[in-house]
Amino acid sequence: MATTLPTYATFGQKIWYYTFRVFCGLVFFYLIFPILIVIPLSFNAQDFFTFTPEMLRLDPEGYSLKHYRDFLGANGDYSWLQAFSNSLIIAPLATLLSVSLGTLAAIGLSQPHVPFKRQIMALLISPMIVPLIITSAGMFFFYSSVSLQGTLAGVVLAHAALGIPFVIITVTATLSSFDQSLTRAAANMGADPVTTFFRIQMPLILPGVISGGLFAFITSFDEVVVVLLVGSAGQKTLPWQMFIGLREQISPTILAVATILVVISIALLTTVELLRRRSERLRGMSPG
Amino acid sequence: MADTSTNGPMMAADGTPLKQSLARALRRQKRRALLLTAPLLLFVLVSFIMPIGSMLMRSIQNTAGTDYIPDIIPNVVVALEDWDPQSGDLPSEAAFKAMAIDFKAAFKNKQHTQLGRRFNYETPGMSSLFRKSGRAISRLKIEEITDFKAEMLDVDKDWGKIEYWATIKANSGYYTGSYYMAAFDAERTIEGVQMKDPDQRIYQKLMIRTLWLSALITFCTLVIGYPVAWLLADLPLRTSNLLMILVLLPFWTSLLVRTSAWKILLQEQGVINDIWIALGFTERLSLINNQLGVVIAMTHILLPFMILPLYSVMKTIPPSYLRAAKSLGATNTTAFLRVYFPQTTPGIGAGALLVFILAVGYFITPELVGGADGTFISNRIYFQFSTLGNWGLAAALGTIMLVIVLLLYYVYDKLVGIDNVKLG
Repeated sequence: MATTLPTYATFGQKIWYYTFRVFCGLVFFYLIFPILIVIPLSFNAQDFFTFTPEMLRLDPEGYSLKHYRDFLGANGDYSWLQAFSNSLIIAPLATLLSVSLGTLAAIGLSQPHVPFKRQIMALLISPMIVPLIITSAGMFFFYSSVSLQGTLAGVVLAHAALGIPFVIITVTATLSSFDQSLTRAAANMGADPVTTFFRIQMPLILPGVISGGLFAFITSFDEVVVVLLVGSAGQKTLPWQMFIGLREQISPTILAVATILVVISIALLTTVELLRRRSERLRGMSPG
Repeated sequence: MADTSTNGPMMAADGTPLKQSLARALRRQKRRALLLTAPLLLFVLVSFIMPIGSMLMRSIQNTAGTDYIPDIIPNVVVALEDWDPQSGDLPSEAAFKAMAIDFKAAFKNKQHTQLGRRFNYETPGMSSLFRKSGRAISRLKIEEITDFKAEMLDVDKDWGKIEYWATIKANSGYYTGSYYMAAFDAERTIEGVQMKDPDQRIYQKLMIRTLWLSALITFCTLVIGYPVAWLLADLPLRTSNLLMILVLLPFWTSLLVRTSAWKILLQEQGVINDIWIALGFTERLSLINNQLGVVIAMTHILLPFMILPLYSVMKTIPPSYLRAAKSLGATNTTAFLRVYFPQTTPGIGAGALLVFILAVGYFITPELVGGADGTFISNRIYFQFSTLGNWGLAAALGTIMLVIVLLLYYVYDKLVGIDNVKLG
């Protein structure tokens, strides 16, 4: 396959080239279409999940912010807002926990001589691999026995455990390109390990730490199975509310929620991409 | 004579032998690395490993409610010790007496229904027997009764069923294999443990369906992900970075958003069916609440996990290899099959294993778009757990699934290496 089609390409090659491009285009469409389609649908003035004739005519009558008002509790139902605020409490706490512990451990794991490094890594990444239903069933049993089941602390602990693999992966990746002689140089000039960490190492690995933190945040922010089993009525998060809503009677408010979440993901993705480029530029890996 | 190495070991500045000094420095380095890792290891141990351990324990603990069965019916356990279910006779008078005594105690503690429900998992009918007998047995006056067997059969003639007593005897230990028996679709009969009739082997069927659909989804992500990864690896960096966003955005979007988007798109009155009708077809397609819906939605959700590892491998293959093959006379097909494709197999292995591992454990998407015939084993575990309350069976099914996933994880580690997992 070539990036551009040479002028001497045969008819067959031309067909192949365009078929390939069209196929890839369709796949990109398949990837992005379901995510973008919820945005216009969420402005539907009716309680339908498809485009009404008014919407297709681009008639302003067909569009409204009704579902967003419902999300904010205009119909007297504040459960969405409550769930949203619960999510906004749980996710940052879980993120804080997994980022602080995860960064420390990633630094430990990036030292030149770590005994059982492979085994430790395998253990720390396993929360990402073990099916969520197994993790949450186990957490239900164990957290019940130590009376953490149905508490905010229980859900935060559980979500922090789920976020750890992402922090470990991103931070160790950043550290792999960190020049260890910089810490030696700092130590040489009289800095103690704590100063070295905060003044030298931390600023350089910060992009990786933030990316890991955003991953951990979105993991907790999106998580539903653990909340279903470990949480109780007091910890209903936004995904919990969506899941219950989708399983029983689908309410069109879900479209508005989905749109809000898509906007949040776009913001997070942009941040991570900018951080990645910045860190590549710092390391002199990319010209841009 | 300045060279000390000729007459002794080399010394470090503080006068200790250099070798010793280096070994000490290495030990200190190792200790520091472990100390930095220790808080997280402790945290993961408490918040993740111990829960998994307690699930493993659940799958073999023989409990009703919070207590072990032999602690609830201690006298029955002793009295049944010498009884052989295969003899065809009912247990002895002593066993009936023991049951009357233990049952009274259990009734007092309100445990008799839990006990019945526990036995009912294995032998249907026992739950109602225990529930119905509750009050009647609690009224019996133990000291005045001479014929316990007759008295118990008078309460309910089902106490004369040998298979009920066989179930009680089989479950009189602190630990039981009966949840695994159920999870492997076996059942206890008077003749011993046997496989159920083939059409009643629901867990086997579900396990096969889970593995088959996961394999199908993995195959679909490979078939449509491969060309895209190739295109991305081949395009100039600026363009491919832009297109990469189309791959990464779904990756960052909430799983529930993507699942609900598919639920909305695929439903009978949804956008896709509306377009289908607008194209002139008269019959609406049933795209949801079946296996097709699960495959469409999960292929979409897991596609980035295939494209990203493929892309990172393809990026390292110099484009000149393909050109070289062609200039040596290979056709496009030969050049691809003999030169390019073999070099991408590590990426295929990494992507396929990752997608398969993740797919096997999926719960939310099959639950919401799977309907009756598109559910996975996870859904059944959740159902056992939350609706039927058979935690032991849920734990046993979970353990079997955990073993499968860990085996795959081990293969993944051997082939790809955990430290090579990349995100975005």
